[in-house]
Amino acid sequence: MSEQPRTLYDKLWQSHIVEKQDGANCLIYIDRQIIHEVTSPQAFEGLRTAGRGLAHPEAMLAVPDHNVPTSADRATAINAEDSQIQLDALEKNCTDFGVEYIPMMDVRQGIVHIVGPEQGFTLPGMTIVCGDSHTSTHGAFGALAFGIGTSEVEHVMATQTLILTRQKNMRIDVDGTLGAGVTAKDIALAIIGKIGTAGGTGYVIEFTGSAIRDLSMEGRMTLCNMSIEAGARSGLVAPDQVTYDYVMGRPKAPKGGAFEQAVSYWKTLPTDEGAAYDKEIFLKAEDIAPQVTWGTSPENVLPITGVVPNPADLPDGDRKRAMMRALDYMGLEPGTKLQDVTIERVFIGSCTNGRIEDIRAVAEVVKGRKVHSAVDAWVVPGSGLVKLQAEEEGLDQILIDAGFDWREPGCSLCLAMNADKLGPQERCASTSNRNFEGRQGPKGRTHLMSPAMAAAAALTGHLTDIREL
Amino acid sequence: MDKFTRLSAVAAPLPMANIDTDMIIPQNHLKTIKRTGLGIYAFSNIRYHDDGSEREDFILNQPAYRKAEILITGENFGCGSSREHAPWALKDFGIKCIIAPSFADIFHGNCFKNGLLPIILPQAIIDQLLDDAGRGANAIITVDLEAQEISGPDGGTVSFEIDPYRRHCLLEGLDDIGLTLEKKKIIGDFENTKRLSQPWLFKD
Repeated sequence: MSEQPRTLYDKLWQSHIVEKQDGANCLIYIDRQIIHEVTSPQAFEGLRTAGRGLAHPEAMLAVPDHNVPTSADRATAINAEDSQIQLDALEKNCTDFGVEYIPMMDVRQGIVHIVGPEQGFTLPGMTIVCGDSHTSTHGAFGALAFGIGTSEVEHVMATQTLILTRQKNMRIDVDGTLGAGVTAKDIALAIIGKIGTAGGTGYVIEFTGSAIRDLSMEGRMTLCNMSIEAGARSGLVAPDQVTYDYVMGRPKAPKGGAFEQAVSYWKTLPTDEGAAYDKEIFLKAEDIAPQVTWGTSPENVLPITGVVPNPADLPDGDRKRAMMRALDYMGLEPGTKLQDVTIERVFIGSCTNGRIEDIRAVAEVVKGRKVHSAVDAWVVPGSGLVKLQAEEEGLDQILIDAGFDWREPGCSLCLAMNADKLGPQERCASTSNRNFEGRQGPKGRTHLMSPAMAAAAALTGHLTDIREL
Repeated sequence: MDKFTRLSAVAAPLPMANIDTDMIIPQNHLKTIKRTGLGIYAFSNIRYHDDGSEREDFILNQPAYRKAEILITGENFGCGSSREHAPWALKDFGIKCIIAPSFADIFHGNCFKNGLLPIILPQAIIDQLLDDAGRGANAIITVDLEAQEISGPDGGTVSFEIDPYRRHCLLEGLDDIGLTLEKKKIIGDFENTKRLSQPWLFKD
């Protein structure tokens, strides 16, 4: 039997097929599940009601992130009874079912998609799920990782499998060298601007090309994290030496001979020469400028040198109505230079950009400078370990001296489930992933961008081209 | 799970593209440990004024559509987060079927787990159904999952495609966890093979 050349996704998919079912579906083995407090309680409730247990509690890891306070007094700061109920439920469920639980006050606590990789829980070649759409982040390791709903969380808990339909293969190739001030976040936003928020629906996106290979693991995670904003449940980067170096020595990663054995398997994963993709998109790294969003969908994005678009330029129809609605919500006039848009808040953090490299980038921009007097600027590290490392490097002091609020780890202002919110009409330069209406608080206005760009905006009080700062 | 076989109901037109999960149910209503009771929060940011009173311009607040069970809407419905609270909220409101040109993947899958039927049809047919739905309580639309057909108020029918396994589960109201647990043996065999080839994935 001759072997057809296969993509990375083909290999990940085929190596996890437990059983082919009727039609296009397969029963797929799931290696790891991460859970948090918002999308797991109903799954545990379902198990209890049906008298079922966990198939493999040791293949799970739990950490609270969405609801936790990020203020210094976090141990006593949860004033919302409903948040406390969810946090208590997670802890109790983990105790009852024997799942490893990282409590809020543990230094390892943080956002699920930062904690998994940091602990070596995320490894190449795995299938990884979590009841959170940004699970695509873990695809940066060459793992098939995707967000699932709570019913699927329960299905994995009970069976260690999911019934899935095979996705199509898309390749997005970014060749060349990124310009100064241009980051993985800008690649992600430029891609979404090009293919739209539904462009990747039904596909797994593999990112290839020299600009991707040159990214650190942090950058690759940022890129795969945003795959879901292009409609793709999973993004992938093939594992390479950068990946192995990141994984080696992590607490839950294989050690010694087991690590060597794992690496030799991981080296078989990259896409074979000549493998076919269902769709291919090509970008040149040199063409990508720092990006900012102007509207209420991540696809409403432009280079920072652009101007707010004009609905009058569109034909009548849904798209024109959507643009008018977005501009009204955002309080923006067509034709305004993006760099003239003033902001009141800055949020550095989230599973997209809450890693050490992101905090270093911000510190580099703001070192020895001051946050604009009209701006309230926050840095929320993605985990306790990111925070600790930043403090060991003295980054916290640089940020505090510049006027940033240096906070405790969690999802925070990315989705505003805890006390961290924008006020109505408040405008925020944010390193998070979604600019939907109300995402950062009712009537709040979000502009998505890279950490360096958000740092620049913090200093000037308006959207700013980092290359000209 | 509730069965879905045949539904004759009022359809509400919501002709907007990219309705995201934050719009279907905002984050401040996710702090529950139950699956039920979320209907009053469905679309809350566009359904209510700041003081909690209803917005008359929102379709599901209008008398003809308050009991709508079918939603006709725009492309990429349900984009954004994986929160199953979105289909839970729609279902609790009374929506049983959503018809759109396209859906976001995670939301689409979540619907089937809750007895909700998402139907994908070309924009031209959606436009016709939006017209039908615009006639309010006089426009009863019938969705027949067995026959994979939708009939409009004027008697015309259109057929739709659906994954056979998901159709089967909806028609029978099957709990797929129960079905998968019957395959414990082959899952165990798969694990044993994997334990030999990738031992680093297993603790013991």
